[in-house]
Amino acid sequence: MVVQALAFYLFAAVVVASAMMVIAARNPVHSVLFLILAFFNSAGLFVLMGAEFLAMILVVVYVGAVAVLFLFVVMMLDVDVTQIKHGFLQYLPVGVLIGLILLIELAMVAGAWVAVPEAQSVAQIPFSPGGDVTNTQALGAVLYDRYVYLFQAAGLILLVAMIGAIVLTLRTREGVRKQSISDQISRRTEDSVEVKDVPSGGGV
Amino acid sequence: MNIGNDILTALPEIFLACSAIALLMLGVFRGEGSSRLIMTLSVTALIVTLGLLLMGPTRNTSAFNDLFANDGFGDFMKMLVLIGAALTMVMAQRYIEREQMARFELPVLLLFSTVGMLMMISANDLIALYMGVELQSLALYVVAAIRRDTLRSSEAGLKYFVLGSLSSGMLLYGLSMIYGFTGTTNFTTLAEIFANGGEVSLGLTVGLVFLSAGLAFKISAVPFHMWTPDVYEGAPTAITAFFAVAPKIAGLALFVRVLMGPFGELVDQWQQIIVFIAVASMLVGALAAIAQNNIKRLMAYSSIGNMGYALVGLAAGTQEGIRAVGVYMAIYLFMNVGTFAVILCMRVNDRMVERIDDLKGLSRTNPLIALALAIFMFSMAGIPPLAGFFGKLYVFLAAVESGLYILAVIGVLTSVISAFYYLRIIKVMYFDEPSEAFDQPIGREMAVVLTATSVIVLLFFIMPSPILESASAAAEAFFPAGP
Repeated sequence: MVVQALAFYLFAAVVVASAMMVIAARNPVHSVLFLILAFFNSAGLFVLMGAEFLAMILVVVYVGAVAVLFLFVVMMLDVDVTQIKHGFLQYLPVGVLIGLILLIELAMVAGAWVAVPEAQSVAQIPFSPGGDVTNTQALGAVLYDRYVYLFQAAGLILLVAMIGAIVLTLRTREGVRKQSISDQISRRTEDSVEVKDVPSGGGV
Repeated sequence: MNIGNDILTALPEIFLACSAIALLMLGVFRGEGSSRLIMTLSVTALIVTLGLLLMGPTRNTSAFNDLFANDGFGDFMKMLVLIGAALTMVMAQRYIEREQMARFELPVLLLFSTVGMLMMISANDLIALYMGVELQSLALYVVAAIRRDTLRSSEAGLKYFVLGSLSSGMLLYGLSMIYGFTGTTNFTTLAEIFANGGEVSLGLTVGLVFLSAGLAFKISAVPFHMWTPDVYEGAPTAITAFFAVAPKIAGLALFVRVLMGPFGELVDQWQQIIVFIAVASMLVGALAAIAQNNIKRLMAYSSIGNMGYALVGLAAGTQEGIRAVGVYMAIYLFMNVGTFAVILCMRVNDRMVERIDDLKGLSRTNPLIALALAIFMFSMAGIPPLAGFFGKLYVFLAAVESGLYILAVIGVLTSVISAFYYLRIIKVMYFDEPSEAFDQPIGREMAVVLTATSVIVLLFFIMPSPILESASAAAEAFFPAGP
């Protein structure tokens, strides 16, 4: 148990610290790297909770794909931090005000918390339905069986997002030279070489 | 779970989604030239979906673990959405070809958006609601910006997207509060909790307010209407016609379903909000439209005002009120489709014009179009015996019957104010000196749509029973023990 507690505090501390660094770091590339660190440690926390599938997915999807994508975008965009920070103080009061209102609302929500009896039954939906069901299977049962309608709907939304991205950004460029292998292979000598009969002694 | 039964229950939606995907594949393989074919097939798919909906034997059924619900109200609203989507797509084809924006993705995106609308109307769960709303709006953001090379279209798309995301955020915030304070996202369970006298906490009310705000944005009700004029003006006209009809009907249907279904017992909690939104929408719709010179902006404010009138019926919260909303939306559908058909005919020398001044003397240069537009404008102004008069009549009657006298009085007053700008269009058409004539011919499908909608609007009072009866049947869905 002690090892578990120690591991928890280690992971948790690193997550919080690196999350702080994500917004505090001056260099955007460093921010992304700290984000990756935060993801890895969150995966560790998931493992501690017995949710090994989520842990692996977090590493594969967020670290493997999303964070790397971020890194590319950050490097390509050439973000100028001083430019972004410009006007920061000007908008600060409004931002703080809105944040404060939301915070008060959240506090009110937390203060007024009452669990209705129905919440019990929801909380009892087992995240591991007992027995030998791994949490991959349990997730699959929820995602592909109980909520299959929402799963398909989410699929449609992603498809629309993809179509949208293509429709709004793809441009066919004119005058791009492409290699056409079939054309190259089917080229014959007669098409490209012309044999001229040059009379000898007549000059060219 | 019986998957066969589930599929049967949601057959119209599933068919439409599958045909959208199939048409996407067809478009990709046939290349850019296939726009006309895909558009035709899309309209066919919508008509088939409408047929499946009408033939569907399933009433008051739910599917997919109670995430999806069918009832009379849903069927009626889905019918309106499908008719609206099909009519606006029929009108769009000629326009998009002339404006060199014929791309096969356009009808496919509109189909996906329609699927989202059907899902919204049938949502029986907070998550299903959100999924439907997102599918619908995401496709529309793209469509608004489809002319990516023109500044105004891109601006419209971006504005719509940013403000739409904001409203989605509010919607999600509200949904999470409701879930947190009740422990369920299911509409049926929520309704049971409140019917059994479940306690209404402050947090739940806050959640309900956020939910209403998010939905009010989707139907562009004041004070969440800022995006409407700019998006309507910037988007290509054919797309604006689509925006003005189907999503509005779906959004309002969702609004009615959420407030009357799971939160039906909490009328006291939400009635004030709806009354405020309705009054504000009617006022802004009437007053801000007066200063407009662009007919698309004018229609934007007109639709804001119309949403206000429809919400009056919802504010009543009675069976009569819901019936009035149904009737109002059906009439709104035909008036708006007709008006946009006229706007799509406004071409001078192969160029679209959209100022009200361009309508000068239309009665002499093109008497038939002028007559049709005059019918729609008289109807929107609420002049009897045209359809628009009856729409407003039922809404106000419902408000009076549930004791909302002030609301009804404000409604009548704003209706009189808005008559000013509707009648101004008629004055411009009939009494001003003609400017340049519009291009002829307007196209066969335009003529058909114009004739059909103006006949429906004009002769509604002779045979009102089909719309009235189906709206009554729709309203009964929320009042199972009603008369």
